[in-house]
Amino acid sequence: MTIVVTLAITLQRNLFAVVVMSGIYSFLMATALVVLDAVDVAMTEAAVGAGVSTVLLLGAIHLTQGNETRPLRKPLLPLVVALGVGAALIYGTLGLPAFSDPQAPIHVHVAPHYIEQAMAETGVPNVVTAVLASYRGYDTLGETIVVFTAGIGVIALLRRRRRRE
Amino acid sequence: MTVGSHYGYWAMMTLMIIGLYILIARGNLIKKLVGLSIFQTSVYLLYIAPGKLIGGTAPIIAEKFGIYSNPLPHVLILTAIVVGVATIALGLALVVRIYEAYGSIEEDEIIEKDSGLER
Amino acid sequence: MRSHLILRVVAKLLIPFMLLFALYVQFHGDFGPGGGFQAGVIFAAAIILYGLIYGLPAARLMVPDLVVESMIAGGVLLYAGVGLAGIALGGNFLDYSVLAADPVQGQHRGILLVEFGVLITVAGVMLKIFYVFAGRGKGIDET
Repeated sequence: MTIVVTLAITLQRNLFAVVVMSGIYSFLMATALVVLDAVDVAMTEAAVGAGVSTVLLLGAIHLTQGNETRPLRKPLLPLVVALGVGAALIYGTLGLPAFSDPQAPIHVHVAPHYIEQAMAETGVPNVVTAVLASYRGYDTLGETIVVFTAGIGVIALLRRRRRRE
Repeated sequence: MTVGSHYGYWAMMTLMIIGLYILIARGNLIKKLVGLSIFQTSVYLLYIAPGKLIGGTAPIIAEKFGIYSNPLPHVLILTAIVVGVATIALGLALVVRIYEAYGSIEEDEIIEKDSGLER
Repeated sequence: MRSHLILRVVAKLLIPFMLLFALYVQFHGDFGPGGGFQAGVIFAAAIILYGLIYGLPAARLMVPDLVVESMIAGGVLLYAGVGLAGIALGGNFLDYSVLAADPVQGQHRGILLVEFGVLITVAGVMLKIFYVFAGRGKGIDET
């Protein structure tokens, strides 16, 4: 399961194995997303997480030192912090509505309007595409600009070749 | 409030804790970035899980189906995934530059070298 | 030698189908899962596969740097241009209903153009990041 894979990523030293296991983790996440009926998101997560992200990590490993991390002194404080955050989060989930409850607040406000009106107003059966491109088009414009900025940032950081003396 | 059906959320919390632990406890910069991506992916699951209706289907309108899962979280998470990969790409570019400037990607060695250079 | 031959043949068989699949995902994003982001990433992955198997100079010859950089900027310009066309034709910013005589047809046209802009930008950025990462390694080897 995914928890086993992430524990293996934590304990593994060889960076190449870490990258391969993160690809496995992305594929498992995509499967979980399909089970949750999020088909668009699953396709994006599989393409981006297990495709492009793995290629970029491998490129970075090739450009920096290959292989190993170092053994660490006992990380007690981060462990306590992580477990504390987890306990607070689990305490928070006790206030959530039951899983898959049709009367939960997120199902009664805007979502029924989108599902019922998307076909009539835009003529596009895929409600996610209709919402993404038409009802919430501003957000998609902002996201495209974020991707553009990331591209420019990488170009600015890494454009010139290293000049060795 | 039935708590018994929340075990799915607890599994996601476990993934989030592991991702957070990798991010703050390991010293290697590339491993920190992998931990960040694990953390982000568990948050995606956390957002999409409440939108699912048991017995519903994917939000693509067809004549045979009556109940659809909520499409709003899908839209937000689609944006979040692409922004996440942009973050990872930029972070990896920074790691490559740090390696060329300091000669190592371990956090302890970089801090030592930095304080050594300041003196 | 033999394993390189297998990789080359399989890549030659797969890359046209990957490009076709990217276009399919893009244009069927209205009727099934898909849309601009997925299609852009699949398109970039096809060209990255070509670059991995046949070497970076061959990929640079096929999709030159100038084309990639204009793709990055062109997608954002296309998206913003559709928004401004909405203003020019009398509606609000990013209002698609005024783009054609029938509002539903206008929505269709607007969504198609916008998704195409997203495809171009995402494919360009992923490809350019790959070029930059791989090109840097080459610099180390040549000195």
